Amino acid sequence: MSKKVGFLQGNEAAAHGALYAGCKFFAGYPITPSTEVSEVLSIELPKIGGKFIQMEDEIGAMAALLGGALAGQKALTSTSGPGLSLKQELIGYGCIAEIPCVVYNVMRGGPSTGMPTGPSQSDVMCAKWGTHGDHATIALMPASVQETYDMIVRAFNLAEKYRMPVHVLPDEIVAHMRERIEFREPGELEIIDRTAPSVPPSEYKPYDTKFGDVPPLAAFGSGYKFHVTGLNKLPDGFPTTKAEYVQAEEERQVRKVTANIDEIVEFEEFMLDDAEICVVAYGSTSRSARYAVNEAREQGIKVGMFRIKTFWPFPDKQIKALADKVKGFIVPEMNLGMCSLEIERCAQGKAQILGINRVDGEPINPEQILEKMKEVK
Amino acid sequence: MAFDYEKFIRPGKLPHIWCPGCGHGIVMKGLIRAMDTLNLVKEETAIVSGIGCASRLPGYIDCCTLHTAHGRAAAFATGVKMAKPEMNVILVGGDGDGTAIGGNHFIHACRRNINMTYIILNNYIYGMTGGQFSPCTPTGHKASTTPYGNPDPGFDIAKLAIGAGASFVARGTAFHANQIDKLITEAIQHKGFSVVEILDDCPTTYGRRNKYKSVIEMMNRLKEVAVPVKAAEKMTAEQLQGKVLTGVLHKVERPEYCEEYAKVIERAGGNK
Repeated sequence: MSKKVGFLQGNEAAAHGALYAGCKFFAGYPITPSTEVSEVLSIELPKIGGKFIQMEDEIGAMAALLGGALAGQKALTSTSGPGLSLKQELIGYGCIAEIPCVVYNVMRGGPSTGMPTGPSQSDVMCAKWGTHGDHATIALMPASVQETYDMIVRAFNLAEKYRMPVHVLPDEIVAHMRERIEFREPGELEIIDRTAPSVPPSEYKPYDTKFGDVPPLAAFGSGYKFHVTGLNKLPDGFPTTKAEYVQAEEERQVRKVTANIDEIVEFEEFMLDDAEICVVAYGSTSRSARYAVNEAREQGIKVGMFRIKTFWPFPDKQIKALADKVKGFIVPEMNLGMCSLEIERCAQGKAQILGINRVDGEPINPEQILEKMKEVK
Repeated sequence: MAFDYEKFIRPGKLPHIWCPGCGHGIVMKGLIRAMDTLNLVKEETAIVSGIGCASRLPGYIDCCTLHTAHGRAAAFATGVKMAKPEMNVILVGGDGDGTAIGGNHFIHACRRNINMTYIILNNYIYGMTGGQFSPCTPTGHKASTTPYGNPDPGFDIAKLAIGAGASFVARGTAFHANQIDKLITEAIQHKGFSVVEILDDCPTTYGRRNKYKSVIEMMNRLKEVAVPVKAAEKMTAEQLQGKVLTGVLHKVERPEYCEEYAKVIERAGGNK
């Protein structure tokens, strides 16, 4: 049987990927350039008995998302820069209360209203550091329409597995370009659901670490009654200021990601075996980078690409290893050097780092990357 | 009628954090009486709050309880209710939480007429942070941030709720303790978004700055200003000057949000 194919925008693919993952709940607020996600889901969710709600503002959408997720649904919101800024307090709530959900944020120019229809990659730090306090972050970076579909599925899997909000960060180019995609067949991609409690309601504690760093999560209305708060809490969910509990809880919530970094971090290595220059790229920029690497290889330049698919947690180990091997990194990105900072941190001065940074609403083209290769010494 | 308070109080969570003389405990007892009267199933009941003294109330009740972020109770609760329309969803919070930082969610929950009950404990002040003025602090009154008297006019929460579309709006006071559970019971029974404002006292941060010598004096003020809606019908505008109407102020039938969304699902063919 031939596969069902489509010619979709990244945003439309995101909506269909969410449905494949089992998303039954969407809460959002209209914002360019992510609105197509909500438009598609407003059509598709009621067809399967799912719930779609357009809330009164971005904060309300994040709140409703967390409420729906706590009531047992796989839940998605879509937004863009200003919306991501507004959602930050409640993304932190999702982190501390450990509520699985997916935040799909299309990166446009900023700060503030910036360039609403222009592409950007300047929300990568906002996704990581936007909410206050220590917390772990998972953020995925699709580079094609097919990958947007697949990564939304993976984002739901990671959210459910690790009980936390997970970001998907397409840039506006990926979100709005159209490509052929294959809709996945049932069973083709793995689907992970949150672990339900194995104990009876009378023994249930929502943050019971005897079940490991990711305690089982019951749903409201499923026969279990428990307390959820944004305060630092005890294993039973009730607030505490006791130092030993707070320290252990905060460390556990970060550790559940750091201890599983090899499973969470995905990347692509392209022509890196003998490379003396490594282009580190993500999102639509990696498409220009791939073109540039192919061109350069024809000219005899030993260059390859490391494509970041998981931006957070950052692929420290891989970049450290590359820093021992290559003369220099070229880091093209549609911001003023956010990924470069992470490369600097990992490379520890062992390799040259050259950024190509555009924030003018234009994509980084292959010629710019080719030109930059001449500067590697 | 004897009420079963024990059934609904979460074991081991008392004493509560509220100051001596605060009326929040009176309201909590009223809520429990209403829950007991209606025989609400604890596992099927979510109590959702924001941030502030009143928002600590859900922690003491043995249900599915959700202590959210400041002002966001109505929006979180909307998510819970949409996902599980069969659950009883009750919101609790203070005047600052509900009408300032949470004002947008409040009016839109009223507009949607989603079947939830919102109990607002209006003590005219931000108590937990030490007594700053709220949107409900009367003009001229003192708070820690209005040392020369409050220049702002206050909100009338009930009128706000009616104007925004809530289909049931009632008001009581912490003094009229026996009325509280009756108002909340009727609110929960009503299909649609119901708002119960309870005028409350905060002796610690409001009373002492506004020349109330005692909790009793504050409670007596609640007694004096309250006029039942029926009684008000026979009173002149002059007589009603400075008074506050209590009882069921507004009750209409209007399409309920989750039922309307169920029709959307039906139109989309999703109930097959």
